[in-house]
Amino acid sequence: MSAPRVDGLPQQHGSPTQQMPLVAPRSAFAHDWTRIARMGSIAAFGQVFIALSNMPVRLDERLIIKPVLSLGYLVLLILPFAAGYRQGHQIRREGVPTYSPGLNEVVGGFLCGALAGAGLSLLTILLTHFDLRDPLVNWSPMLLNLLSFDNSSWFGGVIWLAIGAAMGTAGGLLRLVGPTSRRATITIVLAVTGAAVLESVVVDLAEGLGLEPLTDRLYHRRGGINWNSALGLAGLCGLLAVTGQGRLRQAKSFHAQLQGKQRTQANGGLIILTATLLIVLPLFLGKLTNELLANVGLFVLLALGLNIVVGLAGILDLGYVAFFAVGSYTAAVLTSATSSRITPEIPWLAALIVVVILTGLVGLFIGAPVIRMRGDYLAIVTLGFGEIIRLLFLSDWLSGWFGGAQGFTKIPAAGIFGLTEVDGTDPRRVFYLVLAFCALAIYVSWRLERSRLGRAWMAVREDETVAEAMGINTVNIKLLAFVVGAMLGSLSGAIFAAKVGSVFPSSFQILVSIVILVVVIFGGMGNIVGVIAGAAVLIGVLGGPKQPGLLAEFAEFKLLIYGALLIWMMLAKPEGLIPNVRRTRELHHHEMAQDAWLQGQPPRR
Amino acid sequence: MTTQTTLTEAMPTAILETRNLSVSFGGLHALEELDMQVSQGEIVSVIGPNGAGKTTLFNAITATVDISAGDILFEGQSVRGLDPNKVTTRGIARTFQNVRLFANMSVLENVMVSQHCRTKQHAFGALLYTKAFRREEAEIRQRATEILSFFGTRLIGYRMDQPAFSLSYANRRRLEIARAMATQPKLILLDEPVAGMNPVETAELTGMIRRLRDEWGFAIIVIEHDMGVVREVSDRVVVLDHGVKIAEGSYEQVSKNSQVIEAYLGKGVPEK
Repeated sequence: MSAPRVDGLPQQHGSPTQQMPLVAPRSAFAHDWTRIARMGSIAAFGQVFIALSNMPVRLDERLIIKPVLSLGYLVLLILPFAAGYRQGHQIRREGVPTYSPGLNEVVGGFLCGALAGAGLSLLTILLTHFDLRDPLVNWSPMLLNLLSFDNSSWFGGVIWLAIGAAMGTAGGLLRLVGPTSRRATITIVLAVTGAAVLESVVVDLAEGLGLEPLTDRLYHRRGGINWNSALGLAGLCGLLAVTGQGRLRQAKSFHAQLQGKQRTQANGGLIILTATLLIVLPLFLGKLTNELLANVGLFVLLALGLNIVVGLAGILDLGYVAFFAVGSYTAAVLTSATSSRITPEIPWLAALIVVVILTGLVGLFIGAPVIRMRGDYLAIVTLGFGEIIRLLFLSDWLSGWFGGAQGFTKIPAAGIFGLTEVDGTDPRRVFYLVLAFCALAIYVSWRLERSRLGRAWMAVREDETVAEAMGINTVNIKLLAFVVGAMLGSLSGAIFAAKVGSVFPSSFQILVSIVILVVVIFGGMGNIVGVIAGAAVLIGVLGGPKQPGLLAEFAEFKLLIYGALLIWMMLAKPEGLIPNVRRTRELHHHEMAQDAWLQGQPPRR
Repeated sequence: MTTQTTLTEAMPTAILETRNLSVSFGGLHALEELDMQVSQGEIVSVIGPNGAGKTTLFNAITATVDISAGDILFEGQSVRGLDPNKVTTRGIARTFQNVRLFANMSVLENVMVSQHCRTKQHAFGALLYTKAFRREEAEIRQRATEILSFFGTRLIGYRMDQPAFSLSYANRRRLEIARAMATQPKLILLDEPVAGMNPVETAELTGMIRRLRDEWGFAIIVIEHDMGVVREVSDRVVVLDHGVKIAEGSYEQVSKNSQVIEAYLGKGVPEK
């Protein structure tokens, strides 16, 4: 029997409900050859695509481990490894034998990896012998140098074949090792890359805490982890993973099993801990990291607002940026001296009240005609309205009010009760301001979700017709979600205006809407923690539409990676990073009902 | 003369009345000039072969389809042209033929959300967590539990917190009824409440339909194909065929009606 389920989540999802004995390993060459060929070619195609997108060259500047590995080479190692690991995957089904992993998986991994490597080898050789610059604009001699290791193309070709095969074999080998070693391996890889990727933050924090000697040891002067420290870090993490033995998972399931008052206390403790960390940590961080945090915070605020609309009420809004724009512009018009039409300039906090009310009205105005539509139609219309708002701000017709393409500049700092002035020059203050409003947004989402309105939103999301038949005025309730979402978005806009000190129509491209939506979907629709995690990962690491993230080198490929992540997420974990329990059920309830039926017991919560 | 007296007698107690009710989809007349009355505290069965317009009648009453002619009076007032939610607010609740629960909400939440039109706390109450808000939440929860306990132990206890999709088929049908009850209606429309149930469950639910009337005071219209249930529960039976009322009366009267037999079994071949 499988372990008791927690929270109604499909913890054992994909694994058998009745443990079936493993059958002896298959012979090394008994392969499903089409599968190998498919996996290998997908990986090969991916490798070629990555190479030709110029990603390796751009990312080569970022070192992971000082002399040996750069991020550029790292992106070329992932796919063969993944293909090698993936081909060893067996779907466990009742009545179908499951083979215990053996030499078969290793050989399969080797073949897949070699195929992937062969793709790159072929590219290397082709690039030297044919001028492909015309159709392939990103092709550059630097790419060829990188691919051939500054040697002959044949040398490069052979090396890539070998590297591919080695990574594939490693992927296959990972199938053989026990869960402990697998966890240790994954932890080590993640820790080393993580430490390298987070270098600027870690260094920044260490400086604030006076731990420079440690980071000097860990990182090389010009970026990247020293190879000997990398070894040390790997050892340390491996040790932690082995001794930890999934303590984290234990703690999680322990927390999930807590009932009533204990659970409330535990949650309260966690919230206080997080809040303290968020308040104390920025004091030790430098300007750049605080800037990053402030950007993440702005997107968290936006995502929390959109989460009410999309996650709770199920209204797919593709024009959410409109409310961000209205918020920014209203704040700008009211506080900036460059706005000629409205002369009395009022303080930021007073303007904020106007901003929220006005954006609420705009939400009502846009929502009223739109909300009667359903599903795809609604999404398309909101997309249109998002653009209309931006074009209105851009138009010559209204340029007297909104400054047209020039926008507004010289927006004064946001004064908070005369205590402090918040503007872009001190990102720490911006962060605290954003933090306060995020807390407000979290409170609003949390309270509303647990009220009759939240339940009505859920009902509308589940089945609008039935909700209507059960006496819920669906138009009003959806409109309310739309307006609340708009108001939260406008807060972010107002802070943005004060932070940047200027607003232009170009800051409110359709891309912003998409990015916020991706953050919500990626993090876990309908879950507050999930949405925050999504913003932290996507905006913090990859960067927002215009804001740089930790991996500033990725800026050019941001959208490519957003897309790839979204596709992967939809395939592997459609409920998001930290899912809403209900959402998970929605996506998996057939499987869960079947599991329960197999086990002869109702799914426990 | 006789019709005149029955009308005046029936008027004060008639909770629902359809007058010349017609619904057509393009050229198809799903309901044609239907006159029908339901009195306070009465259980009326609507029967008829497939495609007779029974569910269309329910949809017309609850405003899910547009009426092409005629009128529907509920407690003497027209409900024609109202939004479905307004009809429910007036006091008409329904269940669906193909069970349509809020599958991913818990059993309790399904019943709680259906009290929406009877509660009034707004966003500010929820945000400020006012006393009135907390009291109303407690009341909603309390009433939901009461309604669920009408079904014995089947829907309360650990089941209350389970998602609706995890319920057995019969329990889903029960929950649909509970959800309709939670809107605090005066008239409940049950669309094939025992379809797919086994004989034991059918017998249990038959008794429950009567109790709904006796203990909760609802007037009930039932669409049902199970003639045993129809005989058990109905005060009156209305037979529809091709959108036209072909017979009305007690179960015994209707079951002997030659038109009804013809509608169900077809015309006998005339002997030579």
